[in-house]
Amino acid sequence: MTTQISEPAAEAAPSRPGKPRKTPRYRNTWRKAWKRDWQLYTLVIVPLLFFLVFRYAPMLGNVIAFRKFVPGGSIYGETWVGLRYVKMFINDPNFWEVFGNTMALGALSLIFTFPLPIVLALLLNEVRSRYFKRFVQTVSYLPHFLSIVIVAGMVMQLVSLEGTVNQIVRALGGDAVSFIQDPSWFRTIYVSSEVWQTVGWGTILYLAALTTIDSQLYEAARIDGANRWQQTWHVTLPGIRPTMITLLILNIGTFMAVGFEKVLLLYNPLTYPTADVVSTYLYRVGLVSNNFSYAAAIGLFESVIGLTLILSANAISRRTVGTSLW
Amino acid sequence: MTTDPTRLAERLDQPARPRRTSLDDSPGYRVFRVVNAVVLLGVVAVTLYPFVNIVAQSFSSEVYIRTGQVNLVPRGFNLDTYKLVASDPAFWNSYLNTVIYTVTATAISIVLTTVYAYVLSKHRLKGRGLLVGIAVFTMFFNGGLIPNYVLVNGLGMTNTIWAIVLPNAISVFNLLVMKAFFESLPTELEEAAAIDGLNTYGILLRIVLPLSKAVLATMILFYAVANWNSWFQAFLYLDRSDLFPVTVYLRNMIAGATSATSVGAVETNAVAISANIKAVTMVLTVLPIIAVYPFIQRYFVSGVMLGAVKQ
Repeated sequence: MTTQISEPAAEAAPSRPGKPRKTPRYRNTWRKAWKRDWQLYTLVIVPLLFFLVFRYAPMLGNVIAFRKFVPGGSIYGETWVGLRYVKMFINDPNFWEVFGNTMALGALSLIFTFPLPIVLALLLNEVRSRYFKRFVQTVSYLPHFLSIVIVAGMVMQLVSLEGTVNQIVRALGGDAVSFIQDPSWFRTIYVSSEVWQTVGWGTILYLAALTTIDSQLYEAARIDGANRWQQTWHVTLPGIRPTMITLLILNIGTFMAVGFEKVLLLYNPLTYPTADVVSTYLYRVGLVSNNFSYAAAIGLFESVIGLTLILSANAISRRTVGTSLW
Repeated sequence: MTTDPTRLAERLDQPARPRRTSLDDSPGYRVFRVVNAVVLLGVVAVTLYPFVNIVAQSFSSEVYIRTGQVNLVPRGFNLDTYKLVASDPAFWNSYLNTVIYTVTATAISIVLTTVYAYVLSKHRLKGRGLLVGIAVFTMFFNGGLIPNYVLVNGLGMTNTIWAIVLPNAISVFNLLVMKAFFESLPTELEEAAAIDGLNTYGILLRIVLPLSKAVLATMILFYAVANWNSWFQAFLYLDRSDLFPVTVYLRNMIAGATSATSVGAVETNAVAISANIKAVTMVLTVLPIIAVYPFIQRYFVSGVMLGAVKQ
């Protein structure tokens, strides 16, 4: 299987050092390249094998979405069943519920985790003391270095019946809420923990972009009578716009893949109505209930939407604002 | 543009604009600066609180945690829970597994990433565009959970270390960071070395790598932290508890208390594993990261910028 797949790319270059063949001109260029750079080509073999086996073989492996997979049989399935599994999820009411949840969580995450780093970066940029600025940055980056398992554990402790959040609720005269078992709170918990973990780290690129803004622009704005706020609005924000758009496109591209691992760690059967997302649903269908082909069909659908989103976001941004990833 | 990670990090400390102006002394701006400082201190407090809370719980008696009396300082201070967790061979075994997986996976990743990035940085190479494309495409499209799972099973890697260290060996982001770095090295050095009779392997080993210590250190940190923190690969592919890394050990501990299999059992199970044991396990799991964090943070920052500039 491996050799069969690796043939086109891995062998194309290295396999023709031998005798000259029929179409000398084309072969010659590759032959010259091989002769000059064969050592570079040999270096590429192992990493290329990695990509072919662990990245491209699973892409082809998606054909099991259209074939019947038998445990212990071929990883590409046994017999063709056409669109059977696609029809299955289109008619599956659970699927549409988790699809809606995915959209809701993705949208909420985008609404909060995209602008907040920009705000924090702008605030940090107004700090005069180098040490205070560095202190705030160092602390705010910290959650980014934690395992998602630790984050989930901390969240569970904080929102437990006797945790800090419920102590505040009680202090304000309310009744303790069983947050982790209550579907109506899941989205709030998920998005808050996401903000907590990512907002500081998200400022890095904006702070870097801020340093590249030409200080003469500020002087010119000041001469024109712009106050601090107007300077921010008319000089700073346009200055970091390319960075904002690049990060927005990347965020949109990961829209469908909303924190699979975090949801898996934080949800429970009681919170499925709001917490279950496409990826956790396909995890349960595929790996817990062993319905590989059906789950692969759902996964393929998810990846295709993700790819479509990033391609269209990129195209729209290139046409409208002239910034794009490629 | 400078590509030395340490110098990049210093650039972040520079103010983005000339500081003092007459407008700075306007009353409105002075108020803003006070408010700004308060807001930022609030961010710091909110960020740090969960850590302080967990540490306080880890030193407290279970009874105080269960009645919600532990917030910033330990109540009923004791080290018994630490002794209890430390005396559990399963905990130390999972800790050792994490170390083994992290070291092995990082070593494999670094070799593969360096070699591929070096080749990608050679603009004269025929077929280079294709090689870049093969890597970059995987950033936007992937096979998905099920085909990956079936593949790893099909290769017989379940319940072996290979299921942990191989499937994510190359991070394309790290690859692009290294490629950007190699591209910034002066080509004259390599040309001179070639004239002196070094072949490609010799140039890579004796000229390029010694010049790349900064970026190599950054990459090792990126991979090591990611591997230390990862849990899902192990969760998927390892069934035997003696192979679990510490993250899976911790996850099972937390999950045992909250995601009970039957709905009715959720509340009653909540006390199955006491909060202070969980807190101690969490503290011990993050300890290595927190210990090196002040030293590694700036490398991470510059690594991210190096990757982003190339975009």
